Amino acid sequence: MGAYLLKRLLLVIPTLLGVAVLVFFMLRVVPGDVIELKLRGDGGNVSAQVVAQERERLGLNRPLYVQLGYWLKGLVTLDFGISYWTNRPVVEEIGIRVGLTLQVAIMSAVIAVLFAIPLGVLAGLYRNSWIDYCLRVVTIAGLAVPSFWLGMMIVLGLLSLFSWSPPVTYTPFYVDPIANLSQLIWPALAVGYRYSAVVARLVRSSVIEVMSEDYIRTARAKGLFERTVVIRHALGNALLPALTVVGLEFAFLLGGLVVTEQVFNLNGIGRLFVDAVAHHDFNLLQALVMLIAVMFIAINLLVDLLYGVLDPRILYK
Amino acid sequence: MTSKRCTDLLSVRDLSVEFRTERGAIEAVRRVSWAIAPGEMLAIVGESGSGKSVSALAIMGLLAKPAGRISNGQIVFDGQTLTGMAERDLRALRGRDIAMIFQEPMSSLNPILTIGRQIMEPLRLHLKMSVEQAQARAIELLTLVGISDPEQRLKQYPHNFSGGMRQRVMIAIGLSCNPKLLIADEPTTALDVTIQAQILELMKSLTERLGIALVLITHNLGIVARYAQRVVVMYAGSAVEQGTATQIFANSRHPYTRGLLRSVPRLDLPRARQLETIEGQPPDMRQLGDGCAFAPRCAYRTEICALAPQLVALPENRFSACHHEAQLKVPEGQSVAALAEFQSDATCVQSGDQADIAKNSGSAALLTVDSLTKHFKVKAGMFSQPAVVRAVQDVSFSIQAGRTLGLVGESGCGKTTIGRMILQLEQLSAGRVLFEGEDLALASGAQIQALRTQIQVIFQDPYSSLNPRIKVGDLIAEPLKVYKKTTTPQATRERVQQLLVQVGLLPEMAQRYAHQLSGGQRQRVGIARALAFEPKLIVCDEPVSALDVSIQGQIINLLDELQRQKNIAYLFIAHDLAVVRHLAHRVVVMYLGRVMEVADRDDLYGHALHPYTMSLLEAVPVPDPNLERQRLRKTIVGEIPSPLRRVAGCVFHTRCPRASAECQESVPELREIRPGHFAACIKL
Repeated sequence: MGAYLLKRLLLVIPTLLGVAVLVFFMLRVVPGDVIELKLRGDGGNVSAQVVAQERERLGLNRPLYVQLGYWLKGLVTLDFGISYWTNRPVVEEIGIRVGLTLQVAIMSAVIAVLFAIPLGVLAGLYRNSWIDYCLRVVTIAGLAVPSFWLGMMIVLGLLSLFSWSPPVTYTPFYVDPIANLSQLIWPALAVGYRYSAVVARLVRSSVIEVMSEDYIRTARAKGLFERTVVIRHALGNALLPALTVVGLEFAFLLGGLVVTEQVFNLNGIGRLFVDAVAHHDFNLLQALVMLIAVMFIAINLLVDLLYGVLDPRILYK
Repeated sequence: MTSKRCTDLLSVRDLSVEFRTERGAIEAVRRVSWAIAPGEMLAIVGESGSGKSVSALAIMGLLAKPAGRISNGQIVFDGQTLTGMAERDLRALRGRDIAMIFQEPMSSLNPILTIGRQIMEPLRLHLKMSVEQAQARAIELLTLVGISDPEQRLKQYPHNFSGGMRQRVMIAIGLSCNPKLLIADEPTTALDVTIQAQILELMKSLTERLGIALVLITHNLGIVARYAQRVVVMYAGSAVEQGTATQIFANSRHPYTRGLLRSVPRLDLPRARQLETIEGQPPDMRQLGDGCAFAPRCAYRTEICALAPQLVALPENRFSACHHEAQLKVPEGQSVAALAEFQSDATCVQSGDQADIAKNSGSAALLTVDSLTKHFKVKAGMFSQPAVVRAVQDVSFSIQAGRTLGLVGESGCGKTTIGRMILQLEQLSAGRVLFEGEDLALASGAQIQALRTQIQVIFQDPYSSLNPRIKVGDLIAEPLKVYKKTTTPQATRERVQQLLVQVGLLPEMAQRYAHQLSGGQRQRVGIARALAFEPKLIVCDEPVSALDVSIQGQIINLLDELQRQKNIAYLFIAHDLAVVRHLAHRVVVMYLGRVMEVADRDDLYGHALHPYTMSLLEAVPVPDPNLERQRLRKTIVGEIPSPLRRVAGCVFHTRCPRASAECQESVPELREIRPGHFAACIKL
């Protein structure tokens, strides 16, 4: 197990290196220039000299391979430089927003799992019953409705029904939990709905499949109570595939919720992403992409390790 | 209807089981009655869809809900009526008084729970044992079913066990609460023949010792003959005949049973030129009329068969459901199989056949394989050293034009890999394949293309080897078009129809899809496809093992007839020794990638030399209870070693009854012990 973990961690290095190089070049292929945008974007008349100075200050006049070298060196030393647009350190820009995004992602995941697993299991056990039909309608709606639209409806609904709108300024959880939750529960619900729909559908089909397995028949032939058959023999097997989806969706949420954050006026990673793209802020963008890559790799590794714990057939050597 | 013996442990009376489906109700079991006494061993025989498993599930109360239900009749177990019993009372009986063992040992155990937990479950539930007590009992049970190191094994998971071992665990679970009745549903169908013998012997000795009644559900008549005291024969949901094993096998009083007995190739009788078969197919259970379900396939059919026959009691406590049972009486002292009427057109061809064998043995070989070797590298992970599976090691043989070479062995012996190498579907690790003297490895692309039309294949599974989205006619026409064997669509169509007729199908079937055909018909389509190019060699990879007994005989006869008409050579790969004996002229016996013995058919079956061949032949039960009773039961011990493990010396020494220290020293060479009869054993 330890050796396996070490191998997997070593494999992270080439993966991240690949991502770093790829994102570096891809961004440079995109037309547009942060300096031009920053100094002349509003039609300001800035002399070519000033532009060249700014370019030199940010190191954008150097050959590509030198820039790549700096980027990779920064990556290794965890020094991501400053944002071209705001001149503040990239780490700081991300740092102030990551807590919010992480919190929304965790809340959505908790909501999703809490709803999806029991409902999916019930729908699978009572296939083609009214529970199953209701859940089918609810989950398909969840897949079909975009989260941001649902978010708008939530905001409008709260306003028109209760004449109340969620706070617009972000309060960290440790400062005031109530204010924090009253702001973030709504985006978490909007996103968690879709998330739970995906998981519930998977759990349902997985339960149906497992319930027709031979070992379920064996368990019944032993005279076990039906609830023991379901809980002990079916669920462990049925929930394994759900683990992968929960993990992947969670990693996806950590990348920020581009539109939903706009709807709820949240200053999270998604918002930062959109701004960085609009400003051609390469330094910030590169760091954000790396962050998401690390998240995906970490979550995937975690899911794989969990599989090893939950499924005795998987042995890591 | 069944005599009400007051001692019955379980009696099933007039049982009907109905399944509701989207296309209407199906009566899967139709008014079946039988009974079993304590400690008795009863076999239920039938082909797929005959309702034998469904009736067992009905007894257990395990019919698939909500589709299946008992629509009629009574099940009485130990004085209690199970039909209509509350689920909680029935549940308390399951696993305690009635236990069941299923067909698929590979999937019948929960993969994520330890074996120990799964064995202890019923003990804790029904007998209210403490964890310590249950553990002690589980160890005792594992020892009982012949699993060594029981303490360690308890902590392991099903994937650490082989198929045979898993079935032993299932038996341990079944026996855990000392049940009064054990129902085993095809317990050995998925297992190799030597392991099958071990498992059945184990079940027999344990149930006898513990006084447990055993209901054995099987399609294998040999197993019935060896183990059962009483037999129930089922066809299309009905019990058509009942009696003691001797009564059923020696003088059956139902045409279906007789047909079944005659359509299996058997090792205990002289080889017949042609198998007798039951023509036609089992009926569609949705469209079952009122009359005798077997009538359309029955030689004794008359007008009266339009009325449903009742299962009537005959003298000597036996039953038959046939209007013509009186005609079927067999004179004293004669067995059905030995009756002259069956031998008339199935002439015994011992002598003529010998000449037949001699005729061709001198001619040049059509296909020769020389030191064929295949090693697979199995990578366990990205960084670990790949393990090597020695699937085929140093195999040489040749096939003459128009002859059949049988390739037999248990799973993992490499027989299928050899077929795939000959078909050029698998790269050779070493060795040569020569077809008409040409080395296939040296042949050019064009030559290989041409050879592909000369060597064809028939696969094992007729259900998955035909594309479900392509019409049967197009499936057969496809190679014709690809190789431009026919030039116009009209010519292609005619050729396809001709091929369909050749394999005994109707030309109209070209318009159907594979799922609209039965298993036997699909296998005929597979044969038609193989015949499309008039090949010289067909590799038949277990072509009948997925088929029911009555259908199996039809396909074997078809293959046999095609060979005689078209002088096609077959490489017949199979695990069923009796089928190979029926078709093959020469036989190669393999074990773990190596050839153990090669001989002409009659030499091999008559005077097997190699200990492995002898063990195999001993392990096959023959459908004759009298013979089975006299046979010595020397079941071969142990399991087939993992192909990943390298066995030093003779690969068979780990299980060989004659093995000694020398056997581990070197790989025995294949030596000619008698003229034309080779074996690889140093003890000979």
